[in-house]
Amino acid sequence: MSTTTTRDTTRPAPAEVTKARPRRGVRGSTLNFWIFTGPFLIGLVIFVYIPIGWSVWLSFFEARYTVTPDKFIGFDNYELMLTNGDFTGSLVTFTVFAAIIVPVTWALSLGLALMVHRLRFMKAFFRSVFFLPTACSFVAASLIWKMSIFSGVRFGMMNTVLGWFGAENIAWLADPDPPWYWLVIVSVRLWLQAGFYMILFLAALQNIPPVLYEAAAIDGARPGWQTFRHITLPQLRATSTAVILLLLVAAYQAFDEFFNLLAKTTWGRPPLVELYYTALGDDQDYGAGSAGAVVLTLLICMVTLLQGRFLGFGKGDESR
Amino acid sequence: MSASSSRNWDRRSVLRATAGLAALGPLAACGGNTGREGGGSSGKGLVQYFHAYGEAGTQEAIKRYAKAYDEARVTTQWITGTNFESKLFSALLTDNAPDVFEFHPQLQLIKSGQVAPLDDILGPVKDDFNPADITSHTVDGKVYGVRMIDDPQFFFYRKSLLDKAGLRVPQTLEELAEAADKLTTDKVKGLFLGNNMVATNYALVWAAGADQLNDKNEIAYHTDDVAAALRVYRRMFTSGHLLLDAPADYWDPSALVQGLTAIQWCGMWAMPAMQKALGDDLGIFPFPSAASGAKPAVYNGGWSMFVNAKGKNVDLAKEYVKWLWIDQKKYQEDWALSYGFHIPPRTSLAASATKLKSGLPAEGVKLFTDYGRFDNISWTQAMITALEEVIANSVRKGMDPEKALDAADVKVDRELKKLFG
Repeated sequence: MSTTTTRDTTRPAPAEVTKARPRRGVRGSTLNFWIFTGPFLIGLVIFVYIPIGWSVWLSFFEARYTVTPDKFIGFDNYELMLTNGDFTGSLVTFTVFAAIIVPVTWALSLGLALMVHRLRFMKAFFRSVFFLPTACSFVAASLIWKMSIFSGVRFGMMNTVLGWFGAENIAWLADPDPPWYWLVIVSVRLWLQAGFYMILFLAALQNIPPVLYEAAAIDGARPGWQTFRHITLPQLRATSTAVILLLLVAAYQAFDEFFNLLAKTTWGRPPLVELYYTALGDDQDYGAGSAGAVVLTLLICMVTLLQGRFLGFGKGDESR
Repeated sequence: MSASSSRNWDRRSVLRATAGLAALGPLAACGGNTGREGGGSSGKGLVQYFHAYGEAGTQEAIKRYAKAYDEARVTTQWITGTNFESKLFSALLTDNAPDVFEFHPQLQLIKSGQVAPLDDILGPVKDDFNPADITSHTVDGKVYGVRMIDDPQFFFYRKSLLDKAGLRVPQTLEELAEAADKLTTDKVKGLFLGNNMVATNYALVWAAGADQLNDKNEIAYHTDDVAAALRVYRRMFTSGHLLLDAPADYWDPSALVQGLTAIQWCGMWAMPAMQKALGDDLGIFPFPSAASGAKPAVYNGGWSMFVNAKGKNVDLAKEYVKWLWIDQKKYQEDWALSYGFHIPPRTSLAASATKLKSGLPAEGVKLFTDYGRFDNISWTQAMITALEEVIANSVRKGMDPEKALDAADVKVDRELKKLFG
């Protein structure tokens, strides 16, 4: 029996007890709340909110080689970022990248999930095989892709294969025309992330009640494409939406493979790489970099709101 | 145990305390690793930054020199990867900035007060340094940085392959393009200018009779001859005669040594490795003339030691730089000649360097003397990037060179205005 209960029994007025207990409970809950969330809130403020505020502040200053500038320049950094073409070009790069990587990863991970789901033996083995690349770092994978598989010399793996068919060596990453670098970038990300989304789809597939397929079969639905289109795909709607959202977020965060595969180019720079080069790279322009970060943040907020509107996020069950 | 203490250490209290400590753990960990170790016999510590050199034994050598310094414990951060500049620049804004670091002379470091003048330690031996090295480190009469090594960069070639193709050493950029064409086979590419082709951009400008900036710190690279040279580069790029996407870049000798190319742009540092692999089947020549009447060009790169002016131990850092890069001639000689070949910036050391007095190294020294051009301290990192983008846009992407140079002008002008008003 708890101490509280012992104390309560000694009190003559039950009404007071009922009043006192919730008051102590609320106070206790509040204290627990701050004990558990306080440290993390402090971390959030120090490592997220203050840097965001600082970044917004920096964006209005001439901040070359310093993060404590004193020369106010208004919106000049914003004008610079939006007019020099490099930053706006990076937004185009992101759009192209997202337009390729989101649907391709969605389709591949769903395909892998369907394949593994139907396996009758070695299911765990194949599930592990497809999931394992997730554990590899983007940097390590990028270097393998660059120096081994897609090396431009004759003994690069892809060029060796092409050589068997009498084809010329291809400089996969050096030449932007044709833009073979997209093949390298997309394939490395596919290899790294498809297994993770496959696991999400696998979980969703296992949650589809078998009775639905039985009922469809009784109603004359043919197994295969018809069942997949009318039963499986609609049942995966929630997972698909979540996967697309996660893929889009991951595409916004694309950095490692672009940075490591494409050096000293003026193309193939998504926003984070462009901002890195502006703020932390050779330019060391924290003002312009911050202005770009603010623009990018606003853009992400806008896309998220639009996405929520189109995909139905943020709506409760009652609104359906 | 008393009731009171029992209440203080009940399950909830312990849980709260544990949660609080766990949450504070990551905060406490922040900034814990500064790279500074305890301090030597004197209890003082210094941190030095070096980029990772490719030659075997260099990291151990730098650490060995540092260990021999008695006045402080010197910790070396050996920074691998291609973004040494980014790491250095970012670190210089923090309390964990290095006390001394190697880099190239650049005006923005001085304008932003990040490097200390070193006249007090250089003064007595200033005349013993290569005058061009002193000039390239001087602003308003003060010298910033002590040169450690000079690294001439030029073309290395396989003599046997040129002989077989009936070619002489290229004297012009057109002849270089022609050689690349004739030397290319199904196994070997004619020429390697580096994976992104930016390593030769200074030499290309100089060999076209131009310069990055003129004496008044105005743009001097934007000329018709430079644009014409860029068109030749574009032709070479699209011809299929250049080695592209090699596993190792221009600074590594492997492209030539492994037979991937017949001619390679590289630095004198790689000469011992190339000689070891190819013996006498190795020759060198400067970047050939790219315009009528223009001289060939050799880029005299290299590295210098700088002292962080905002560091906590500026005087001690200066003492260390003086001790290692001015007083300790045996270490300077070891650093310049025991791993790769570099030309010592001290005239007295260069004169006594027997390894550079005959054969191919002597030819390298002659090219350095005859055609060598040094860094311009006013040509800063953002301007370097702007010129590299000209190569990316006009050579690799096919943009009209004039337009690519115009785009660079905008960025370089912006920098010049910030630096000189």
